[in-house]
Parts: sequence; C-alpha cells; structure tokens
Amino acid sequence: MKKVLMIHADKCTGCRNCELACSFSHEGAFQPRCSSVHAYTWEREGISVPMMCQHCDDAPCVSVCPTGAMHVNEEQGRVEWEQGLCILCKMCTVACPFGNAVYDTSHKRIIKCDLCKGDPECARFCPNGALVYLDDIIAVRDRKKAFASKFRAAFKEVS
Amino acid sequence: MYGWTGNILRVNLSIGSVTREPTPPELAKLYLGGRGLGSRIISDEVDPKVDPLGPENKLILATGPFTGTFAPSAGRFMVIAKAPLTGAIACSNSGGSFGPELKYAGYDMVIFEGKAEKPVYLWINDDHVEIRDAGHLWGKNTHDTTDAIRAETDDEAKVACIGPAGERLVLFACIMNDMQRAAGRSGVGAVMGSKNLKAVAVAGSGMVRAADPAGFKAAVLKARQKILAHPVGGQGLKAYGTDVLVNILNEIGALPTRNFRDAHFPTADRVGGESLSARNLTRPKGCFSCIISCGRVTKVTAPKFEGYGEGPEYETAWAFGPDCGIDNLDAVTKANYLCNELGLDTITMGATIACAMDMFESGILTLKDTDGVALNFGDVETMVDMVRKTGLREGFGDKLALGSYRLAESFGHPEYSMTVKKQEMPAYDPRGVQGIGLNYATNNRGACHVRGYTIAVEVLGNPTKMDPRVTEGKAALDIVFQNLTAALDSSGACLFSTFGIGADDLAEMLSALTGINYPVEEFMKAGERIWNMEKLWNLRVGLTATDDILPERLLKDPISTGPAKGGVNRLGEMLPEYYELRGWDRNGIPGEAKLNELSLNGV
Repeated sequence: MKKVLMIHADKCTGCRNCELACSFSHEGAFQPRCSSVHAYTWEREGISVPMMCQHCDDAPCVSVCPTGAMHVNEEQGRVEWEQGLCILCKMCTVACPFGNAVYDTSHKRIIKCDLCKGDPECARFCPNGALVYLDDIIAVRDRKKAFASKFRAAFKEVS
Repeated sequence: MYGWTGNILRVNLSIGSVTREPTPPELAKLYLGGRGLGSRIISDEVDPKVDPLGPENKLILATGPFTGTFAPSAGRFMVIAKAPLTGAIACSNSGGSFGPELKYAGYDMVIFEGKAEKPVYLWINDDHVEIRDAGHLWGKNTHDTTDAIRAETDDEAKVACIGPAGERLVLFACIMNDMQRAAGRSGVGAVMGSKNLKAVAVAGSGMVRAADPAGFKAAVLKARQKILAHPVGGQGLKAYGTDVLVNILNEIGALPTRNFRDAHFPTADRVGGESLSARNLTRPKGCFSCIISCGRVTKVTAPKFEGYGEGPEYETAWAFGPDCGIDNLDAVTKANYLCNELGLDTITMGATIACAMDMFESGILTLKDTDGVALNFGDVETMVDMVRKTGLREGFGDKLALGSYRLAESFGHPEYSMTVKKQEMPAYDPRGVQGIGLNYATNNRGACHVRGYTIAVEVLGNPTKMDPRVTEGKAALDIVFQNLTAALDSSGACLFSTFGIGADDLAEMLSALTGINYPVEEFMKAGERIWNMEKLWNLRVGLTATDDILPERLLKDPISTGPAKGGVNRLGEMLPEYYELRGWDRNGIPGEAKLNELSLNGV
C-alpha cells in the first residue's frame, strides 16, 4: 500500500524539529535553511504551518521539467528529483504552486522533499503528530475524522 | 569545533566597531557555553564595581553547544551582564528561535560593550554585521519593533529587542525575542536600554555540526523517549502549561498569597492551568527543538481585558493573581500581554505591585502616592493599569519601576519587600517548602526558582520525593540542583527537560555532539565550577553572607491559614551545612581547596 505524508497544521507548535531532522539527515548537519520542510510561525497569533512537497499526483513541477529530472515514481507514490538529469533551469521552482521546490544557489541544486526514500525523518521527529506518514487510505480517514470531531464538540455544547 | 560554532562577535557601541574572535576552546570545555562561558567573560572583563547601567558594563547574548541542534528542548540562549536590580551577576534564559539563528549565522555569542550615542540596532546576516540606526524604533513596543525590523531586513529574521520599559531603564525590564519569549529576570533589558541598543536581528544560513552524528542521534532519540514518556514532560506541561502548578502548590499550602501575608488562596483554581486551558487556551506552543510545548497561545474576549498573545505561565499567573489577591484570569492574562509588549519581567512586576498593595493597606502608601487610585489587594483594574504605568514610567509607575525593594525602602519599610538580594521571590512559599527557601537565599542572581528547582523533589516527587517540611538533607539537595542547572543552562538545554532526563543523558548527548568526553561527573563539575565562579564575582561586587538571607516575614511570621499553617522557614538549620558542603567557610567564601579542585584559582 502507498503511504502519504499528512500535514495537520492545527497540531503544529512551531518547534521546527522537522527542519532539524530533515537537514541532519540530508546535510549531515543542523541547517534549517537547507531543509525541505519549513514550519512558518506568525508570532503575534502563535500560529505555525509546516510546508513541504505534497508529491502531487499531477505535479506541475514534473509537467514543466524538460529533462525528466523531476519525475513521478508511481510505485512509491513520490515525486523525485534526479540530479544527473537536471539542467538547473529552475522551472520546477516556478511551477510549484506552493513554493515547495526551491533552488539552492550555494550548492547548485533543487531542494525538495524526497520522503527520505520511504522513511521520512520529519515525521519521526515531529513530537506533535503534525506530520505523520501513514498508509494513504488511513491518512484520508484520519483527516476526515478530525473535522468530524468538530461537529461532535458543537453537538456536545448544545445537548 | 563541533556543537560550538567557534566564533564570538564583539560589538563596541561607543566606537561602532564589530570584530570577530575565536571561541576559546579550553574555556568552552570548562564552562560549556551560555551562562557559564558568558559569566566567565564578564568575570574576566568587567569590574564588579561598575554601574550596571553605565557604559563599562557589558551585555552578552550567548548560546550553548546544544542550541541549534535537535537535542530535545535545548534551543536556548542566555543574557549575561551585571544586573541593575541586584548588582549581582545576571543571567536570564530564553527560548524561541533567536539563539539557534545566531548559531546558524556563525556565532556562539555576541558581546556588547560601551554605549551608542543614539538608538541603534544590530543586524547580523551571516558574515554581514551592521550597526543600524534605530531612532524610528525608539518608543515602539516589542511586537511593533519586531515587525518593523523584519520589514527592513528579512521577514524571517529572528529579533531580540527591548520595549519602552528597557528604554526607560525600568530596573526589571526584560529582553523579548520571537515576540513572546523573555530573557526575563534581573533587568537585562535595562542594560540593553542603557547602551541605546534597541534590538538584535539575525538571519543565518549556516549550520551546527555534530562530532559523532550517529551517536548524537541515538542519544537524542533515547532522551526524547524518556521525556515523552514522563507524565509531566510528556503530557502535563503540554495539556495545562506550567500554570498547572497553581492548584498543586495551593493544595500543600505553599502558594504565596497577598505579598506572602499568607500561603493559601481559596479561589486559586480560577487562575490555574486547568481554568486557563478551559477558558483562554488557543493552542500549545513550542520553543525551537522543543518536544514539551508548555507555551500557551491564549486569547481574552472579556471587553475590559481583550487581547491575544502568549501566557500566562505559572509564575506570572501567581504574581498577578494570588500574590495580588486576584483571581481574575482575564486580568492576569492581560497583564502578561502588557509585560510582553512593554518588555517587563512578570515576576518582579506582579510582586512589586503586590508589595505596593501591602503597603497601601498598611497605610504606608496613601492616595497621594498612588496617583489618587486606591491600591488594595484584589483591585483588578488598577493592577493591570499599574503594569502599563510602570512600563512607561508614568506617575506612580515611576516608583514601581525600581522594584519592590527600592520602593519599600524609599518609604522606610524595606521589610515589605519579598526579595533576596533585591530580586523578588517567585511562587513557592519557603515556609511551606523548606529547601526552596535555602535556594532563594543562596542563589547567585537573587531569589530565583529556576536555578535550584528543589520543588521537583520536595513537591512533585521527581525523580524522588522528600518531605517539603523538613530541613534535613536540603542543603545537599540544593547543591545538586544548583550545580546541575548551572551545567544544563550553559549547555543550552531547557530546565523542563529534567522532567524525563538527567545529568547522565545530557552528558551523553554533549559528548557525542562536541567530541569531548564528558563523564557525568565532569558535567556536574562544570556546573559546580560555574556556580562557584558566579559566587566569586558576587563577593567582589561586595555581597556577603548577610545577603544570603530571606525576608523576616518568612523567618518569623508563621503561615496563618491552609495546610501548611504555622510554618516558618528554618534557614538557620540549613545554611551552615550548605556552606560546609560547598567547601566554603562560615562566611560563605569558597576555600582554597575547592578553588583548586575547580580550576578557579586566580578567577
């Protein structure tokens, strides 16, 4: 069964353990600037939102890639980037509607989530269940139920 | 270097110079970083007799080796200076993302010297370091300052700044970072204000490296698991915040009430963590690398106190609550928001208002002193307004801005001030919990709970339980906690990680991170070294054993109601043993043998 990385922004506390785990795994050092995931925080309101590649089924970054460097791995359900094929045209960074593929000028590469080849460190280190890596059917149900529980709370109040 | 970046930034504000120097490896090994290394530099470079608000004082913002790594809940930085409130060494500790960002920019610490001619802020963007004009920011609160600096630097820059309170040299002004986090105590914000330094903004693209990446990761995963499995570290603090302590302390009768007139507050539950979670909590918040998330994102909808922000945590809820005879959580929360925006230490602010209320009810203060406003215990709206007045030094706020000791002393009644070394005591009554009294009395920065948190053992039973009412064994307990915390702070870890892990876990992570072998004994010895060094500096300031004392009220006036009724603090039973176990003489002066053992000769 395919797995999906689910983001539950409502559970994010802005601790950025995901950024640390991602960069430690990929760079061998703690360097959040080079992480594929970023948790942005609005400090006045105390709101944090993690952002990372959604591995779209119909991915704009793949559509615009002229060399096939950015491609879909159907079997694993991942959008992957292959450095050897990449001409660094950066069209993928333009095409991604979320800004989740970025160009790293210092290392001349694209930084984008690779799901750690199937064992994502960000989900492993998230202490809050804001990033979870689940079988896709379960992941979908999980989100649905989280919203359904809001009705439960509302009904509880009136009953 | 691993863990450390290996670089220190030195900024002389008088001449506008910025220089870089290496982090001294030998001192880093002995003093770890943050509080330890920063205090050692103050000790080496600052005359203990200087005016804390004069240009000769220095202000150091320092990280620890853990800062910027995924060591659990260990992303902290510390601010070290000679303290305006106490005259003693100050080290105030804060979380958020500022400390880690400083390391990603390439620096273990920034040392500020001198005084700028006019308001400035420092902008650090990796190697690019620039002293910029801050004239347009002067007068702005901490949130607006942060937004304005981001607009002219980098919208993801991390900003530490002072508010109007720091500019106006309120003696307990704090430094706020990430808008909601505070390096709170002892008035480090006033030192910043005295240097005309409005803010430090930093953006870093670099990295922190580990000597043994696999070993570090394994040690971190083990430590995380212990904290997450702990009932306080893994559950309680996230669900209720530190404010959960209100009911716990009230139940044992050690919740200081009405300026320590009493130690039990019948309606305390109204300002406790359970009430906060039910009424005001929007969501829990975590500092950088935190797995505990004790932070409280809250809102108040009651029209008089409407607002949103972070807090209160326990000390704050107590200071503006029971200590002022107040059980209105909305007002307490609003007072907290004002402190964050104006840049005030919540503990000293609340306790100073409580002291003023006590003096007002005793007839020492009259309406002509308090701008014509009655200041009785329980006066909710007046309490909130006094916070605002203090931050702006308006009217009676100008007197409150000096802290409770100078306020009470100026009216001829210093005994109304619930302070040690002129710093206000936090929210644990030493008459109900003996060991914490000894810790307040002996603490190097004046009364303080976070540098010898014996409450963990005496009240919470973590990791073992001791009877809070006995004095036996408390000297040894205090020393272990004081030493542990000195090492822990200096490493960059958060005190709350000890709800799950201990010195052995910290030493294991530190060894793998830095590549320097720290057996647990060496880690604890570093803490003892730091404690003794701070003590030596305070002795040079002129503090003596007569300053290791609690207010008379706690030694002579028994608690009148509640579960700990009849209790007084029996400091005299503990202090001589404390000095002896520390290897100090009867006057609290470290002996030659102890100094040799700790490599502190000549310091």
